Amino acid sequence: MGVTSEQLIAIEQIVNKYRDFSGAAIPILQEIQNQLGYVSPEFIEKVSELTEIPASELYGIVTFYSQFRLEPIGENHIQICHGTACHLAGANAVIEAFESSTGTKCGSTSKDGKFTLEKVACIGCCSLAPVISVNGKIYGRMTAEKVRKLVRELKGGDSRGQ
Amino acid sequence: MASKQYTIKVGLASCGIAAGAQQVYEEFANQLSQQKAALDATLILTGCLGMCYCEPLVEVSLNEHERYLYGNVAPSDVELIINQHLLKGEPVKDLLVYAPDLDPAMDQYFAKQVRVALQNCGVINPEDIASYLAAGGYQGLKKALQAGPEGVIAELKASGLRGRGGAGFPTHLKWSFTRQAPGQVKYVICNADEGDPGAFMDRSILESDPHSVIEGMLIAGYAIGANKGYIYCRAEYPLAIKRLKLAIKQAESHNLLGKNILDSGFDFTLEIREGAGAFVCGEETALIMSVEGKRGMPRFRPPYPSEKGLFSAPTSINNVETLANVPRILQRGAAEYSKYGTEKSKGTKVFALAGKVKRGGLVEIPMGMTINEIVFDIGGGISTGKPFKAIQTGGPSGGCIPARFGDTPVDYESLDQIGAIMGSGGLLVMDEDTCMVDVAKYFLTFARGESCGKCSFCRIGSEKMLDILERITLGQGTAKDLSLIKNLGEAIKAGSMCGLGQTMPNPVLTTLKYFADEYAAHIEEEYCPARQCKALISYIIDPESCRGCGLCARVCPVNAISGELRHPYTIDNELCLRCGLCISTCKFDAISVESKPKSTTTSLGVAQ
Ligand SMILES: Cc1cc2nc3c(=O)[nH]c(=O)nc-3n(C[C@H](O)[C@H](O)[C@H](O)COP(=O)(O)O)c2cc1C
Ligand code: FES
Repeated sequence: MGVTSEQLIAIEQIVNKYRDFSGAAIPILQEIQNQLGYVSPEFIEKVSELTEIPASELYGIVTFYSQFRLEPIGENHIQICHGTACHLAGANAVIEAFESSTGTKCGSTSKDGKFTLEKVACIGCCSLAPVISVNGKIYGRMTAEKVRKLVRELKGGDSRGQ
Repeated sequence: MASKQYTIKVGLASCGIAAGAQQVYEEFANQLSQQKAALDATLILTGCLGMCYCEPLVEVSLNEHERYLYGNVAPSDVELIINQHLLKGEPVKDLLVYAPDLDPAMDQYFAKQVRVALQNCGVINPEDIASYLAAGGYQGLKKALQAGPEGVIAELKASGLRGRGGAGFPTHLKWSFTRQAPGQVKYVICNADEGDPGAFMDRSILESDPHSVIEGMLIAGYAIGANKGYIYCRAEYPLAIKRLKLAIKQAESHNLLGKNILDSGFDFTLEIREGAGAFVCGEETALIMSVEGKRGMPRFRPPYPSEKGLFSAPTSINNVETLANVPRILQRGAAEYSKYGTEKSKGTKVFALAGKVKRGGLVEIPMGMTINEIVFDIGGGISTGKPFKAIQTGGPSGGCIPARFGDTPVDYESLDQIGAIMGSGGLLVMDEDTCMVDVAKYFLTFARGESCGKCSFCRIGSEKMLDILERITLGQGTAKDLSLIKNLGEAIKAGSMCGLGQTMPNPVLTTLKYFADEYAAHIEEEYCPARQCKALISYIIDPESCRGCGLCARVCPVNAISGELRHPYTIDNELCLRCGLCISTCKFDAISVESKPKSTTTSLGVAQ
């Protein structure tokens, strides 16, 4: 993956915006991820060139903070809450059900690019535990069975008729 | 025909929105616009009222005293509420969760609470500064500007306010140290990183009453002599960030932020920094590194931030809830605040009540209230109907408190004494089905993952301790393991530089102290009394309840279930993964989880 000209323009604009900003590295990387979906090694090189912040320092930031992704995200971004309330309510069963029905592990994207699974801490709806979020939409009181149904729906979701 | 002026409020904080409150709000807007002629009603969006257990929440009121709260409202209920309540004046009984004289338990739910930090949450419109001003907003700032910096610090001292971020350090001291520290440039930081993975007090305040935090920061800035503030907020809180940004804009346009605020000569600006998903960045020195744009690695203190903080300048870091209390203290006077609480812990504390409790949500209590009062009188008791086993406060840094200490007052000193901590406000209720070894493992797994890696005791010690816990939950622990954990725990505490490592053994050490027999059961009897640890449980189909529908066998991913249609099925526990799919699929509740002490299984094994 290189850097397309559109991506390059976006990166330049973001860096310019933070010209006179103290401690800008994190906000720059965050905005790149917001706009482009991820922060690839090539993007980091580019940012380093433009800001003169050493690439190693940027890498250090991207790998330290769990928010940053080095690869593009799947079609369905599934965040599974593993906060305390959700853990007590059976989040592990929900995680396993997602892993077995999508064929991918938490923290990675399925081969077909359909699912990215991610464990997160407290989404703040503990009363609905266990809670998950699919592309930002929250589902509460999950069970292993509900997960299987949901994944089946999402798998069929791109067939044109729907 | 309806001549009364009703106010309808819909709670639109994250918890409400997750439960579908946005659709309810839109339905009201839609229906009210169609009924304009007949109705004189105002629809307001508001924040979190704290009753997360029955979101979406809608309040219909005529005035302050006549409030009716509807819970679990669906868009399809809206028409009924309008037709009956608004048009005919007859509240819809079936949907009510609170009304005057409806339910003494709910009267108690509100009567036991004292709302200071949360006073505006679920009351005002967080997206409208006029709503905050009408509720007395920015009056605290005006009082502060009259009192002068020293006057503000004196007032805080008299109030007894201590930091609500966990450590409970007196706020007036932090401010006066920062004020006295030499330096032209100083900063105020609001710690809105809220890292405890089961807590959402700060998020709720920011979403429901953002101006109170801004006002608190203004007062802090004025008192210590800072002209710039940063709010460090978790990126996982997009709605809080959105409402903060809006609030900052509105405050700027009212000359409450910027130059020469309210003609006092005081300048102050605010900037928001988003966290990037690292728990350790809640620790103040790590947070400062992060705002400076670096990896969030804690550093040794002293020097404390009040001396050498952000960009090496004196900095006061305060928690969201601490700051939200400040304007109220200034506005109403210290005595009004310090009349609540105990001798050394003044005022109120907000808790996020969650776990196996009926009325989960946000509550604010006067310090010194007992654990039982919180769990039963406010929380409504255990949601599963099973016995109350323990609470956990302070998240990954805190401890478990067994139910027998239910009469302990919740204040800094009393909790300290029994080995727990107040923490930032997470309060988890556990019933008999909660395995304490598993809980300890859960928190340690979390803390280990968040270690920045600098101190070897924190980095490697947590790994080793987790190995031992893992072994115990697998039924492979030995008697020696318990003393090993204790020693290791003490060593990690002593050998770590920051609060993360210094407190990470707490959940393990407190469960070990109070639930030693549960650890022993895992080790000696390969038995998990709460039936949670996978290696020590088996799944059983009750032949009486099983109708032989075969659904469980079809969903089982490893074909561990077999049988003949219309006859009871059986599970092969050698193959079974304990994934729970069959249990959640069974329509007859015929599948249960069992764990048996080794000594009984061997003797029974012979008999069967
Ligand atoms: C590992 C760790 C995580 C912390 N997380 C938070 C947090 O999420 N929010 C917070 O306000 N304080 C947190 N603190 C405490 C802060 O270091 C600091 O004491 C606090 O922000 C001071 O504010 P206060 O005096 O108003 O409580 C954390 C401390 C440690 C050691
Ligand atoms: S712990 Fe999952 S939503 Fe709070």
